[in-house]
Amino acid sequence: MYDFSYHRPVSLAAAAAIAARDGYKLLAGGMSLIPALKLRLARYSGLVDLGALGGLRGIAREGNAIVIGALTLHAEVAASPEVARAIPALAALAGGIGDPLVRNRGTIGGSIANADPAADYPAGVLGLGATVRTNQREIAADDFFTGLFTTALQPSEIITAVRFPIPQAAAYCKHRQPASRFALAGVFVAQTAAGARVAVTGAGPSAFRLAEAEAALGKRFEASALDGIDISPRALNSDIHASAEYRARCVQVMARRAVLKACEDRAGGR
Amino acid sequence: MATVSLTVNGQRVSAEVEGRTLLVQLLREHLNLTGTHVGCDTSQCGCCTVHLDGKGVKSCTVLALACEGATVTTIEGLARGGELHPMQAAFREHHALQCGFCTPGMIMSAVDMVSRKGHDLDERTVREQLEGNICRCTGYHNIVKAIQAGAAAMKRS
Repeated sequence: MYDFSYHRPVSLAAAAAIAARDGYKLLAGGMSLIPALKLRLARYSGLVDLGALGGLRGIAREGNAIVIGALTLHAEVAASPEVARAIPALAALAGGIGDPLVRNRGTIGGSIANADPAADYPAGVLGLGATVRTNQREIAADDFFTGLFTTALQPSEIITAVRFPIPQAAAYCKHRQPASRFALAGVFVAQTAAGARVAVTGAGPSAFRLAEAEAALGKRFEASALDGIDISPRALNSDIHASAEYRARCVQVMARRAVLKACEDRAGGR
Repeated sequence: MATVSLTVNGQRVSAEVEGRTLLVQLLREHLNLTGTHVGCDTSQCGCCTVHLDGKGVKSCTVLALACEGATVTTIEGLARGGELHPMQAAFREHHALQCGFCTPGMIMSAVDMVSRKGHDLDERTVREQLEGNICRCTGYHNIVKAIQAGAAAMKRS
């Protein structure tokens, strides 16, 4: 790892000011950034560690939504009774990220700012139609993920929290690459007052929605509504782990399983 | 270079480190606590697991300077008064190691597991919760048995 200057500001304003310097990068839990630095896939003149900004951590119910602070750990979301009551699918998603040691350090803000094409949180953020709050503005999930490891965030813009509207039913299912355990394809489905949402991770350059599946589920939120909906492998990822055709099939199966699970959980009163 | 001060195994320590110095390097190279191992160095294997403010983390993926004011426990800090920690004793009793390289991380992860999941651990829970620790001798069978026994012994002690 190349050396860099390290900063640990105690206010959001100071963090934003330092992050605006040329070649500087924000550091949250570091579960993706530190491995990237160690492999020399990335190099920065300075890192701005957000770890001392305790105000960015915590989970709260705000009206018909759950608001999660940007520095909240995956383990905290997974174990939160508040999240489990309101959006059990989100608690389950967080509890399936990486491994327990990674979940003890990784943060929701870091995960979505990094926008790894195979990360789990982007599917949840997009699938639930969440709003990303930053030190400058609010960004709708639909406008947030713009490409491979790319988001709408400006260089010195800092995520402060993510607001998740509570759905009527939701579930997340992923098919893991057996060695890395990252999603070859993961699908988050949600039934909301405004219709159905279906978001896919792991299969494309960044998380994306499936309009055709959403339209079908909007009419009838059950697994059979997805019968006959073809997922095109065009524009999906192809690599040593899986072809685009295989991923397309995975998306179809995961979407179906997620709807089945969402319906089961709804029937079970969860 | 900058100074980092923290508590390691109950003792206040300070060291001069670079921005890029990792917690595992601080432990092994500055404090000579070589019980914490570096296996893969890519956050997969869990050999470097320590407790940072009470939570199990991979010390090869934490910056030393981020630990300013923190409390760290390593494998060297588990035993009390010359007596092995119940989890260490269970690993010995059940012969939960072959080459032993992954063992410190396995034990630190196991103690973290008990703090999150309690003392009554079934086999499936242990195997799932051990996802972040890799034993390349593939000796998981006895490791799982040891963690179940160690968890129960921690309740009694």
